[in-house]
Amino acid sequence: MTIQERRVIYQRPVSLDEKSTHYCPGCGHGVVHRILAELIDEFGLADRTIAIAPVGCSVFAYEYLRVDWIEAPHGRAPAVATGVRRVHPEAFVLTYQGDGDLAAIGTAEIVHAAARGESITGIFVNNGIYGMTGGQMAPTTLLGQRTTSSPTGRDARLAGYPLPITEMLALLPGVDYAARGTLHDAAAIGKVKAMVKRAFEVQLGGGGFSLVEILSTCPVGWNMTPTESIRHLEQVSETYPVGVLVDRRKGLVAPPHEFHPVPWHEEA
Amino acid sequence: MSDPMPTNERVLMKGNEAIAEAAVQAGCDAYFGYPITPQAELLEWMARRMPELGRVFVQAESELGAITMGLGAASSGARVLVSTSSPGFSLMAEAMSYMAGSEVPLLLVEIMRGGPGLGSIGPSQGDYFQAVKGHGHGDYNVPVFAPASIGEAIELVPHAFEVAERYRTPVILLADGILGQAMEPVVPRYRTPARLPSTWAADGAKGREPRVVKSLDLHPENLERHNEDLQAKFRRITAAEVMWAGEHLDDAELVIVAYGTAARVARTAIARAREGGLRAGLLRPISLWPFPTTAIAELATHARGFLVVELSAGQMVEDVRLAVEGRAPVAFHGRTGGMVPTPADVVAELRRLWSVTEPRGGDRATTPMAGPPPGLPSDLGADVPLATRRNELVEAVG
Repeated sequence: MTIQERRVIYQRPVSLDEKSTHYCPGCGHGVVHRILAELIDEFGLADRTIAIAPVGCSVFAYEYLRVDWIEAPHGRAPAVATGVRRVHPEAFVLTYQGDGDLAAIGTAEIVHAAARGESITGIFVNNGIYGMTGGQMAPTTLLGQRTTSSPTGRDARLAGYPLPITEMLALLPGVDYAARGTLHDAAAIGKVKAMVKRAFEVQLGGGGFSLVEILSTCPVGWNMTPTESIRHLEQVSETYPVGVLVDRRKGLVAPPHEFHPVPWHEEA
Repeated sequence: MSDPMPTNERVLMKGNEAIAEAAVQAGCDAYFGYPITPQAELLEWMARRMPELGRVFVQAESELGAITMGLGAASSGARVLVSTSSPGFSLMAEAMSYMAGSEVPLLLVEIMRGGPGLGSIGPSQGDYFQAVKGHGHGDYNVPVFAPASIGEAIELVPHAFEVAERYRTPVILLADGILGQAMEPVVPRYRTPARLPSTWAADGAKGREPRVVKSLDLHPENLERHNEDLQAKFRRITAAEVMWAGEHLDDAELVIVAYGTAARVARTAIARAREGGLRAGLLRPISLWPFPTTAIAELATHARGFLVVELSAGQMVEDVRLAVEGRAPVAFHGRTGGMVPTPADVVAELRRLWSVTEPRGGDRATTPMAGPPPGLPSDLGADVPLATRRNELVEAVG
């Protein structure tokens, strides 16, 4: 029996720094960073990417992804990206935002960047909570979900309903691609990578706004072990269904569906 | 709107449009704005001029959006202009703090209107505190230049871009609604400042290590060091970038300190006061930060009294009092809400100040003003190049 030549089947992407992340065990940001680094390598974009960092735990994305970064004030990444895009037509422009950042304080900026059809790719990590500040309610928090600022569970009469902002953005003709994925298992992560890859292709092909929402965990904010949080993530997609909402460059526009927020419930 | 003006003819220009064209001629790469009175003509001028030159114009969704787009474009190396008026300036405070912290150059034109709140659309200088002392959170200042004529505004635009890029800081051009809205004959002195090499901007890591343009540092000892570096920069700016102009200061017993439109009123008042035998002079700050503290302190050793005239309830007067340090009486006259002091009001205030003050006498000859006598702009800047106006001679601070 001959010894086969060894080949590398898995390695650290060149665009991902070697340092360990500061993220909590079970947090999804590390997975998303890796997906971005793999795709930046695969498309050869490291020397022309200008990425916009959010406010929140993932502000430190600039510590891990080896590209140029600009820090944005909270919620303003799409406006920063607009400025960058307009003066650097040759650049690959990426924003990275959480749900409090994108769907609350930055609502105006994301809606209008999308409406203008800015040729930028938005990575939207939705864990339904403000993690860095200690686990407060976000616009995306599920009905009934307990947080430090909704201690008896989110009550629609007091705090309204979860915000399906990706569905809202998908209605805009400037949005060439919008999709939602989740990180609860390896297959789902593979689908997220395919969505992000498509979003990159849309921008690189001269398309308008592209957005991938990624349902993610916050075990500390959810008061769970990492394992429990990943199991619970499957429940989150009952409120926020995964799939491609629009890919206008391929003529795909999913029919608008009624939004049904499903209350947070304990696992059986 | 007409086509851009030839540069050696006297032409009639509206303030907002003159400032916009000066920015175009200064090589502005990108403009971001939002409609607000009384600066809307600036946005409209750029909406036509920038696209026809293949440059960037974006009307943003808000002033927050406009200044933050500016932050993005400037952080990636572009020469950027953003403009607004008072309520919009409040929304821009956030990004100004970020740019001061992350050392990003940008020019913000603020055409002040009556406040507080929605206020009025009349002229005001009520945002002096906001521009000079504050806007955003944290320990920082940014250079603030205040033209008193449309011609001077045209000259200050390229100067402001240069200062912004030399020190890597946002810079404010602060004018009131009259300067934005009025038309004046000017000989527009356009200028295109040279570009500095890009050594810091996030413009794509081609052939170099990645860069991060940021203000965050969670390690207190590191952030303190960064703040110390910023403070050292502010001291360098204070030492080198003070600008002011004087009139009749050599024999003035009463000194009016006023900037912008208030200086125009003061000038007329001083001429009338002199006809009546009252020796008054004008010190007109052109840079509001850094403030001409030393020049005012020197005048305070022999002036009989100071009168500060503003289109506000009294803001710059605090800086004048800090400079005078009690060595001479400092009076104030101001109007608010879009009202403008009249020369007659100012002459009356000069007479009142004269009546309640004592002659200093004697020490005038022994305390001459530092440096050469100032050039006297014949119409407050329109006819005199900036370079010939005197910068304050300041000993290194700190």
